[in-house]
Amino acid sequence: MAKITLDNLAHSYFPNPKSMEDFALKELNYDWADGEAYALLGSSGCGKSTLLNIISGLLHPSQGRILFDGKDVTQSPTAERNIAQVFQFPVVYDTMTVRDNLAFPLRNRGVDAKIIAERVQKIGKMIDMENMLDRKARGLTADAKQKISLGRGMVREDVNALLFDEPLTVIDPHMKWELRTQLKKLHHDFGHTMIYVTHDQTEALTFADKVVVMYDGRVVQIGTPEELFEKPAHTFVGYFIGSPGMNVLPASVSGTSAVVDGHEIPLGSGYTSPQGKVEIGVRPEYCSLSATHGLPVKVRRVEDVGRHKIVRATYGTHEINIIANEGDNIGADMTHVTFDADHVNVYADDWLVSPSGVQNAKGEAA
Amino acid sequence: MEKTVNQKAWFLVLPVLVLVAFSAVIPLMTVVNYSVQDTFGNNQFFWAGLEWFDELLHSDRMWNALGRQMVFSAIILAIEVPLGIFVALNMPKKGFWASFCLVLMSLPLLIPWNVVGTIWQIFGRVDIGLLGYTLDAMGIDYNYTQGFIAAWTTLIVMDVWHWTSLVALLAYAGLQSIPDAYYQAAKIDQASRWAVFRYIELPKITGVLMIAILLRFMDSFMIYTEPFVVTGGGPGNATTFLSIDLVKMALGQFDLGPAAAFSLMYFLVILLISWVFYTVMVNLEKRDGV
Repeated sequence: MAKITLDNLAHSYFPNPKSMEDFALKELNYDWADGEAYALLGSSGCGKSTLLNIISGLLHPSQGRILFDGKDVTQSPTAERNIAQVFQFPVVYDTMTVRDNLAFPLRNRGVDAKIIAERVQKIGKMIDMENMLDRKARGLTADAKQKISLGRGMVREDVNALLFDEPLTVIDPHMKWELRTQLKKLHHDFGHTMIYVTHDQTEALTFADKVVVMYDGRVVQIGTPEELFEKPAHTFVGYFIGSPGMNVLPASVSGTSAVVDGHEIPLGSGYTSPQGKVEIGVRPEYCSLSATHGLPVKVRRVEDVGRHKIVRATYGTHEINIIANEGDNIGADMTHVTFDADHVNVYADDWLVSPSGVQNAKGEAA
Repeated sequence: MEKTVNQKAWFLVLPVLVLVAFSAVIPLMTVVNYSVQDTFGNNQFFWAGLEWFDELLHSDRMWNALGRQMVFSAIILAIEVPLGIFVALNMPKKGFWASFCLVLMSLPLLIPWNVVGTIWQIFGRVDIGLLGYTLDAMGIDYNYTQGFIAAWTTLIVMDVWHWTSLVALLAYAGLQSIPDAYYQAAKIDQASRWAVFRYIELPKITGVLMIAILLRFMDSFMIYTEPFVVTGGGPGNATTFLSIDLVKMALGQFDLGPAAAFSLMYFLVILLISWVFYTVMVNLEKRDGV
């Protein structure tokens, strides 16, 4: 177990990257605290897997350093880093039995046979394959194979970190939930540092203490699920987390009000006119329909998802989603929408502006 | 699920049957016809029954040729398969050099067989061939027209040169289909290079290797052109393989009856061994659950 430090880390798949665009992973400084469970969340191609492979040593970064507990391991091969990693698609050694598969990482490290047998039995039980240990891995179903891969990842106790690269993609929904619970329990029991890559927000939010949201090769926000929900640091976070995502409207902001296409919207705090591309963001949960006041909107569609209703509306050319209570009657007179002023966030060039108006989330002067 | 029985469906198989009949069965039947008769020319035939088969089974000449053939096939398989895998493992995976290697490797496969024979026949000559002259100059007694070892060595090296590429290309194709994740997982698991080969690469290329072995076995078992051009079956009968012997018998001596019986035996041996290979392959696939 170790604290993992990323120091000015960046990676490009081109040998001579010319611009920022060429970097699959843009410059990054971060400490992954020892024993925490992180989820790395982002859409496909945002650099999540690149980052993971750099940590495990399968990829060597174009620049920057990686430190495990302060020791520079940037050039160390995977084997020396003592990391476990589970991949998106199951990797099993077909010709071996399930037992040999689970024992493989231990045997390669010359662990005592008795300890191996013990560990394998334990992991076999954890992944619910105890009675299949002597079967050949060949011919098993995809989720059984993935369980073996997970088991191989967990079989070593002394790993510095456990990395998961979308490991539950091929697993049945019900098994998915169970395995995720197992992983959480494992984390709770052993306190490994865990990094879990996913593009599924539910998976990320339930698994992790801290969620790292990546967008276009950059880490846009690191925070608890609550922080990501209440104060998305970047419009992408607002859009990506939540279902549906945050409503974003171009606005001009000064003082405690924003103006969107000529309509004034009250804000919860004061801002000193942010510059650049200014937008306001408000989650559908904090929007409500009204017959009389607020922004005039046209309701296009109401989707009843069971627990609540999602109202798809348009204001001019902008789309606004509103979450209404299951019991609400949405009649033809509902022609306006109001926002909960305390939950309207202001963005300049996609980054959150804090109410004081002095700094944005990047820490730069606005 | 219940199967519908419709005997008319047999008509759908008819075109294939007709085609195969004309391309294989009928010509084969003429051979069968010859094998049970004797002729003294003038297109006059006499019934001989199973006499030729009986004679063949007791003929040293046939057994010796079969033995030489088996040894030859065994040697070239033993060399070409491991060597092909080794070459495939060391070929670049992508980029310019991968294409370059692929083209380079396929060159020997594109050369007509008699040209391959001619190349090596000249290459190995002691008077004008680069190889033969060099070996001779180094004081090595090399002459494939006289020495048993030299003749065999030349033929084996020639076959390895000609056909290892095929095994290598097939193995390479098999290796290319292994996802990167397997190698990455092996690194994470700290597997040795040998373990990667033994537990990842070899199981994944077993299927194509089987095809490679089958192809190389059949081709080497039927080899005719190259040894005919290089050694003509000599020195003595040292490189007289089955097909060379068969041609000598059928066209040289014009013993149509014995030659026909010989052909049938030859055919059955190949069929038998191919069937064994096929069964093994099918069972492998079943085990894979494919």
